Amino acid sequence: MLDLTLLPDGGASWLDASGEHADIVISTRIRLARNLEGYAFTPRARDGERLRILTQVREAFAGLQSIEDGVLLRVDELPPEDRLLLHERHVVSKELAGLNEQPVRTGAAVYLSRGVGIMVNEEDHLRLQALHSGFHVADAFGVLERLDSELGNKVPYAFHSEFGYLTACPTNVGTGLRASVLIHLPGLVLTKEIGRVLAGLQQVGLTYRGMYGEGSEVVGNFFQISNQTTLGRSEGELLDYLVRVVTHVIEREEEARRVLLRDAGYIIEDKLWRAFGTLRYARSLSFDEAMNYLSGVRLAVGLKLISGLSVYTLNKLLIFSQLAHLSHTEGRALTESEANVARARYVRETLAREAE
Amino acid sequence: MVCDLCKNGEAVIQLTEIEGSGVRQLHLCEKCAAERGVETTLSAAKPQINNFLQTIHEQMPGAKGEPVHCSFCSSTLADFRATGRLGCAHCYETFEGSLRDLLRRVHGNSRHIGRRYVAPLPSELPHVSSATELRDRLKRAIESEQFELAADLRDKLRGIE
Repeated sequence: MLDLTLLPDGGASWLDASGEHADIVISTRIRLARNLEGYAFTPRARDGERLRILTQVREAFAGLQSIEDGVLLRVDELPPEDRLLLHERHVVSKELAGLNEQPVRTGAAVYLSRGVGIMVNEEDHLRLQALHSGFHVADAFGVLERLDSELGNKVPYAFHSEFGYLTACPTNVGTGLRASVLIHLPGLVLTKEIGRVLAGLQQVGLTYRGMYGEGSEVVGNFFQISNQTTLGRSEGELLDYLVRVVTHVIEREEEARRVLLRDAGYIIEDKLWRAFGTLRYARSLSFDEAMNYLSGVRLAVGLKLISGLSVYTLNKLLIFSQLAHLSHTEGRALTESEANVARARYVRETLAREAE
Repeated sequence: MVCDLCKNGEAVIQLTEIEGSGVRQLHLCEKCAAERGVETTLSAAKPQINNFLQTIHEQMPGAKGEPVHCSFCSSTLADFRATGRLGCAHCYETFEGSLRDLLRRVHGNSRHIGRRYVAPLPSELPHVSSATELRDRLKRAIESEQFELAADLRDKLRGIE
């Protein structure tokens, strides 16, 4: 079984709730898609090519200052439960972990360092990513830019003078940059404003997804907002724009929360305390149920109705109450009903500890 | 739980309505919620990027004079239409005309204006065996039944070996 304590920060520093607006914005992720010259793109490449890519970048990683003390994990050699664990921890994508229709690819690997990671043989040869707590776009990009420059001097990237950085899917070409903010919007959902806000995002060239990126459903009022286009604007423009729009969404969320408290104070308060009560005492919780109640409790903490519960604990509950994490803690694969019981126990005990 | 309105569909939405000083809670199915004008995250328009494959299908007939397949990875435009993924970096030059149109539709622009990249000189890079590269290309050409290209690659490979 994979020992996550071997990772430089346990792969969890992004949960520490240190960033700005940490009760509303859980995390900021930025990734750059890069491919090496001289090979077919990953989906078209043969096993031997992907292994040579891995060898080539492994040698390059060895001398990089921006990712010192990192750890390389051969994702293709891990059992499915460990791949799911890494995916739940948000350090590898579903595609790299082989959790989509396609099985895991030979040569799939991830290099993990503090707050940054490099997926190898994802849809593109390299996916450089930075994951930070809270709303921290500039910091996340700063780290990533340094890593990109350093690595680009050690391996030749595929670059075209007109189209920019070349990627397997033309929706990523140009800057190869996708910045996304994981944001909690219960106020907008409860006031029924969310539909308008989401439709508005699409009109201004941004898009939204569920917590786990492309193709994932929205649960617990957690949304990922990201740029949709990657070509025709500079990295700085894409990021500035995202920051402006997300700042506006945060303001709308805060306004919605004020309206809820003003117009429906007692009913909201009742709803949120009931959510807290369920989490505190339930003996079996499905994942969706847990997410929805956690959403309520998170809102209650944001509204200062419940005190003595940290945002960090709430973040940890989101991640550690997932199936592979629970199985990892129990030391064996859990069935769904066993996981529901283990989840309820984990949530209960964590909240009880915090209350002491 | 069944829907409070139609008493039929499964309630998936809990709606808290605030009217004057009164508050009531309704459990609604997706359909009744939509009829009451509640925009759920499910009924809100899905991101347009999902239409990408459809765009390729409808609007990429292939520009005149473009080669049928990429000389590096043997991919064809039909492969791209089927998967939405290009085979290699060279495909961008092979199918340049068609791609430029597609990129304008998808991104509203086809010109990169972000960071410029200058690759390190080959002398600064570790040596990558070109025979291995040719062998991979040869296998791919044979698999995609592009025998002319395969013969060409085989000759090149013989030249090296």
